[in-house]
Amino acid sequence: MPSTKGGATGSVIETFGLTKRYGRHLAVDRLDLTVPRGSVFGFLGPNGSGKTTTIRMLMGLIEPTSGRAKVLGRPMPFQARRVLPQVGALIEGPALYGFLSGRDNLLRYDSADPTADPRTRRARAEAALDRVGLTAAAAKKAKAYSLGMKQRLGLAAALLQPRALLVLDEPTNGLDPQGMREIRSLVRELASEGTTVFLSSHLLDEIEQVCTHAAVMTQGRLITQGPVAELAAGARGRLTVTTPDTGDAARVLKELGVADLVVTEDRVTGEPPGADLADVNAALVEAGVRVRGFGVERASLEDAFVALTGEGFDVAG
Amino acid sequence: MSRAEADAVAGTGTPVPGKSAPAAPETGAPEAPGPAAGPASASDSGPRPVRLAWTLGLFRSELSITFRRWRTLALLAVLAAVPVLVGIAVKIETSDGGSIGGGGPDGGGGPAFIAQVTNNGLFLVFTALAATLPFFLPMAIGVVAGDAIAGEASAGTLRYLLVAPAGRTRLLLAKYATTLTFCLVATLVVAVSALAVGALLFPLGEVTTISGTRIGFGDGLLRALLIALVVAASLIGVAALGLFVSTLTSSGIAAMATTVGLLITVQIIDQIPQLHAVHPYLFSHYWLSFADLMRDPIYWDDLVKNLGLQALYAGVFGSAAWARFGAKDIAT
Ligand SMILES: Nc1ncnc2c1ncn2[C@@H]1O[C@H](COP(=O)(O)OP(=O)(O)O)[C@@H](O)[C@H]1O
Ligand SMILES: [Mg+2]
Repeated sequence: MPSTKGGATGSVIETFGLTKRYGRHLAVDRLDLTVPRGSVFGFLGPNGSGKTTTIRMLMGLIEPTSGRAKVLGRPMPFQARRVLPQVGALIEGPALYGFLSGRDNLLRYDSADPTADPRTRRARAEAALDRVGLTAAAAKKAKAYSLGMKQRLGLAAALLQPRALLVLDEPTNGLDPQGMREIRSLVRELASEGTTVFLSSHLLDEIEQVCTHAAVMTQGRLITQGPVAELAAGARGRLTVTTPDTGDAARVLKELGVADLVVTEDRVTGEPPGADLADVNAALVEAGVRVRGFGVERASLEDAFVALTGEGFDVAG
Repeated sequence: MSRAEADAVAGTGTPVPGKSAPAAPETGAPEAPGPAAGPASASDSGPRPVRLAWTLGLFRSELSITFRRWRTLALLAVLAAVPVLVGIAVKIETSDGGSIGGGGPDGGGGPAFIAQVTNNGLFLVFTALAATLPFFLPMAIGVVAGDAIAGEASAGTLRYLLVAPAGRTRLLLAKYATTLTFCLVATLVVAVSALAVGALLFPLGEVTTISGTRIGFGDGLLRALLIALVVAASLIGVAALGLFVSTLTSSGIAAMATTVGLLITVQIIDQIPQLHAVHPYLFSHYWLSFADLMRDPIYWDDLVKNLGLQALYAGVFGSAAWARFGAKDIAT
């Protein structure tokens, strides 16, 4: 039996020039995405940057204007029947039958899958409910659920089967901080069991907290992708000097070639110079600057994003 | 090429050795019964086979969902109420010894067969079907069929059915089969309610056919069942039309309203003599031919024309729905 879990390249999702055009507007513009197997892949971008549109194309819900996509090594949407039973998905929020109980919603979605064994249906639904902490509310009608509970039920539907790939489109939307933490720990747990997780988000820190890899989108275009550590390293950290003598410190640093100086109340920050940082520190002390703290702050993904786009992380026009 | 082709009806599924689905790997104590209970490690989850019997699960799920909706039950309640109202009206009208209507299916005084109801309660079945077939029954079908795809689209549940993956062709077939089941159930609800009311308010007995011959009550009951089946089959065309409309929009309300609007339009066109050229192609044109089953011998010409026309509508609008739904962007 041929392996269906990723091609020879070991990637779970691959797109080649994937494009979706709505009228004159390019929602997704020549996207080349590679999601390695076993990764927790953050798909990062502000609202309107084309994340959901990409996911819809990957799941065979909408037809690309041009380009191709492979999921689990098979072309989508042509092999949807083979691919999708191994994929759990939460796309643009949960959608439920309000007049059915939470449990019956899961049974309904499970019976839509022709590869799902009806004999284990109830047991799998109970296990999925348990996993997202909804067992107590399983008999309640879904229309009485809070947004957070709906989100969990949507997640439970994605977990009705063991999956090779989970696609989660902004899974923490509408959740309180506690709910967000629970989702994140669930994602880590699933990843540790071997499921590749493709997680879209407009929240930088969320991606930084759970993802091993990330891709950054703005206005339908992919700006960068790779391991999170590398992306952050790509943006250089900032030299930070904590001192009561900010004026003197700024003067000395400028003489040493530190660019982009920013002075705040008791801190001076700037781009690290070419010179050895030990020499920089010595020069500060020599000039009589009372140094309380000295070092290079680790670059965050946000720094990387700002460095890449030259702009803040705002909603696309 | 339509996408529906790509994920055509399951059954030609993945060839996989072994006779049961891959069991879940052991992740500790097996608490839940059965194999593959519970979401488990995915690292060794291969593709699962498609089972022909399992693909019917979607149809069963459709049926249960349709008949659990408050709206469906309300429609059936309205349909069940029509024979009650007709029966009571006839009873009151005739309690002073008067008579109703001009007799015969083409008589001018109300629905077909109404004049015979006082003599034989079984005729209430024919009267009620004749009274509901022009509007109440097809309207109910239009609501259910129009909502079939568009309702799921506007609720957003359509995208989750499709990634389950239900398969577009399979989902459409399940929806159409469910709508046809509803046609049958709705017709039977009218017939059974009419039979009950007829038996309660009027005497039962031998039946006089339109041709004037007399047949036994048992034979009459059989004809009533046959008529109910023909009436249900008369709704096949509306069901296909409604399903097609349902694939055109992402608003359940719009699809229902459009289907019911088309129904009314067709009924009006069928009444305009100047448009007689198109009349034989209107899905409602031969609807009342079911009365020919009450002739002795049965007069088949219009009955066959009716069934052929319904099959034509099912073929044309079923294909149109399939082509449209197979290529549709699901953006809700
Ligand atoms: N069905 C649609 N019709 C027209 N434009 C759309 C449609 N869906 C999305 N768009 C546009 O495509 C862009 C990307 O949207 P989306 O993929 O939903 O972004 P994200 O999920 O990153 O917030 C937006 O500008 C949005 O307005
Ligand atoms: Mg989105």
